[in-house]
Amino acid sequence: MENNQFALDRAFHALADPTRRAVVQRLGHGTASVSELANSFDMALPSFLKHIGVLEKSGLIGSKKIGRVRTCTLNPRKLASLEKWFDDQRIIWKARHSNLDDLLIKLRGEQS
Amino acid sequence: MKTDLQFEFLIDKEKNSMTIVREFEARRQLVWDCHTRSELLDQWFAPKPYSTKTKFMNFAAGGHWHYAMIAPDGLEHWGRMDFRDIRAIESYVALSGFCDASGAILKDLPLATWNVTFSEQQERTVVRNAITYETAEALQQVIDMGMREGITASVEQLSELVASLK
Repeated sequence: MENNQFALDRAFHALADPTRRAVVQRLGHGTASVSELANSFDMALPSFLKHIGVLEKSGLIGSKKIGRVRTCTLNPRKLASLEKWFDDQRIIWKARHSNLDDLLIKLRGEQS
Repeated sequence: MKTDLQFEFLIDKEKNSMTIVREFEARRQLVWDCHTRSELLDQWFAPKPYSTKTKFMNFAAGGHWHYAMIAPDGLEHWGRMDFRDIRAIESYVALSGFCDASGAILKDLPLATWNVTFSEQQERTVVRNAITYETAEALQQVIDMGMREGITASVEQLSELVASLK
């Protein structure tokens, strides 16, 4: 869980970049090694690794090193559910408070 | 909602918390009553199309509110709010959790701490509600529970409703 805590801002930041979006899209089709990913992006390896680092920090992807090969995996579930939960909470509170607006109008009418 | 009424929804990832800041066009005493008297809570707490039903209320430090949010099909979602510090019309702290129809807290689900403060300015009242889960794991548990229960589906209906109100 250590990569996933509340990565909302990081996730938005991570997905603001077209290379990183493409990596996420690619990993949506299955896991891939860093070198496989790097090859398809025509970019110097150090710059590419920075992108991978941002994605990992955001919790959107995870990676595991076996021997000399680092493999990346998409990790969408927790993030998606967390993001959705906060969205849902926002909607619930908006609706709830809009009820309260109506009630307050009614009560103020009764007072005056 | 009038467009000039303040509304903020803030997420603090480090603290597993969200803060809802909302302004109301009413004096503080009235807004406070709406938050602390069950016959008034019953009229607004559950977002439409849900309704609220109070089974028990004792708004006092050490007391609690036992309520249900009832879906249009009659399904009841029971909740319980245990009150801690209360400073009349200024603030209260409560522990919010899920329970069953008898009021017994579902122990395997974490509680959230609600820190609710009320301030008045120019005959308007701002309510600030900071809701915090102790750990990221606790919050995740609540999220997973929501997914299981399919609450998500009703929230989607709700969001359509909210969109139609705009």
